[in-house]
Amino acid sequence: MNFYAIRAIYLHEMDRMRRTIGQSILSPVISTSLYFIVFGSVIGGMIPELDGVSYGSFIVPGLLMLTLLTQSISNSAFGIFFPKFTGSIYEVLAAPISSLEIIIGFVGASASKSLIVGIIILLTASFFVELKIQYPFLMFFLLVLTCLTFSLFGFLIGLLSNNFEQLQVVPLIIITPLVFLGGSLYTIEMLPEFWQKVSYFNPVVYLINGMRWSFYGSSDISILISVISLVAFLLTCIIGVAIVISKGYGVKN
Amino acid sequence: MQNIVSIKNLTKIYDNDFQALKNISLDIKKNEIIALLGPNGAGKTTLISIICGIVIPTSGSVTVDDFDIIKDYRKTRSQIGLVPQELSLEQFEYVFNNVSYTRGLYGKAPNPSLIEKILKDLSLWDKRNSRINELSGGMKRRVLIAKALSHEPSVLFLDEPSAGVDVELRQEMWETIKDLRKSGVTVILTTHYIEEAEAIADRVAVVNKGELLVVDNTSDLVQSMGQKTLLIDLHDAVESLPLNLKNYNLTILNDGLSLSYNYDSKSKQTGITSLLQDMKETGLRLKDIKTEQSSLENIFVELVREN
Repeated sequence: MNFYAIRAIYLHEMDRMRRTIGQSILSPVISTSLYFIVFGSVIGGMIPELDGVSYGSFIVPGLLMLTLLTQSISNSAFGIFFPKFTGSIYEVLAAPISSLEIIIGFVGASASKSLIVGIIILLTASFFVELKIQYPFLMFFLLVLTCLTFSLFGFLIGLLSNNFEQLQVVPLIIITPLVFLGGSLYTIEMLPEFWQKVSYFNPVVYLINGMRWSFYGSSDISILISVISLVAFLLTCIIGVAIVISKGYGVKN
Repeated sequence: MQNIVSIKNLTKIYDNDFQALKNISLDIKKNEIIALLGPNGAGKTTLISIICGIVIPTSGSVTVDDFDIIKDYRKTRSQIGLVPQELSLEQFEYVFNNVSYTRGLYGKAPNPSLIEKILKDLSLWDKRNSRINELSGGMKRRVLIAKALSHEPSVLFLDEPSAGVDVELRQEMWETIKDLRKSGVTVILTTHYIEEAEAIADRVAVVNKGELLVVDNTSDLVQSMGQKTLLIDLHDAVESLPLNLKNYNLTILNDGLSLSYNYDSKSKQTGITSLLQDMKETGLRLKDIKTEQSSLENIFVELVREN
């Protein structure tokens, strides 16, 4: 194992976060704070409790997931796409590094950044709403698993993208709608029966409900199904990345 | 001399069916400077990209220090440094950090004193805390060289090192390359500047349309493939060649005031003596005589044209 190379990629990517602190940390924190102010404090005050918790507190897991998913995908997609765009990917490809080490470096850094943002958002949320976490270890486990899974997914997008438009398509056109329609701001039970059934085809529903269960001990879907769904998506991403890498990363040929 | 890089029957066909390399075989000797000469699109960059692990070959094999570039990629790549043709750098990074990053990628522990030495040798130490986008083109190229040297490679690939570089920097770069060779590094450079190959390369390999046309010592190539020309200036212009000079391969130049005669300098009979005697008998008065050796450039152009 080339630990120095993993360390070099990891620190190099974390350094990018330090250089772009406004975009990396402040931007997601500000936008999430706005959600808490508008939906949690202003509108939330007029909405009755859901599953025994105030509306402001109810939306915390969903908004946390929204941020984690979009940040994880964009961090790692950009992390691998940018060297492809500038051409500096040549030195990663020419170095004595295995594909696994490249993935650990890039995905590890992306997941770390998302985790930092996630923790900051939780702290920010505590300023606006009453925050209680019934199963903190499970919550942290889900937090880490989500960051890793979607960083891996973002890495795959970055490898396959040939331009900035393609890089943005999945996070903007697919992930954001799926999160908003995945019960981040409401329970599935509030939907008409037909749309409840449709919602079960939305994979993000399982993630948000898993996170919500770790906070409040109740959700629309069993925690076991949520964890299995997340692990299944992680395995899908691993297989996807393995296939792309075996074909030359989309850059070696 | 021991071979450090051995290329056997290497072929590359890209996804769009373009065949960039056609069955190339080449041995590169330890501690030599070899220039891969060829016009744009000849396959030079593809060849070195395969050896460095950036491009996957279609068939054939390459070994570096007897290790296969695919099976033993860690051993081969750790010995190789690559300076790419494009200024492929992350523009917002700092020089020192970026060079150190490359050393890390190659699995080497941080060594700030070595990076300092490399930057000083390349006159970049003053710029160590500058962002890359603040540097001139020549400095960026030196940063690429510093990055390639940061892990102390024994084989250095330079892809068009003189592209876009001014004359002064080019001379400095040639000196740097010669110094690297003195320190034991094998240098493989691609170029389409013939002057560069003549100035620093021990051997030249001419590549065109994916094929290796010739490999030889630079001086031997000029000797074996080059022709010599005898240039004769006359006092009085001639309109046509006199009858007794028709059998010689003479060309009238300069409105009849000069004649040129091509000959093989290694031949036992160059024909010069008899030519001069016949010219005397014809009554032509000679003003001056000089000889010219055809350059590597002439040979290169001829080879590529024939191919």
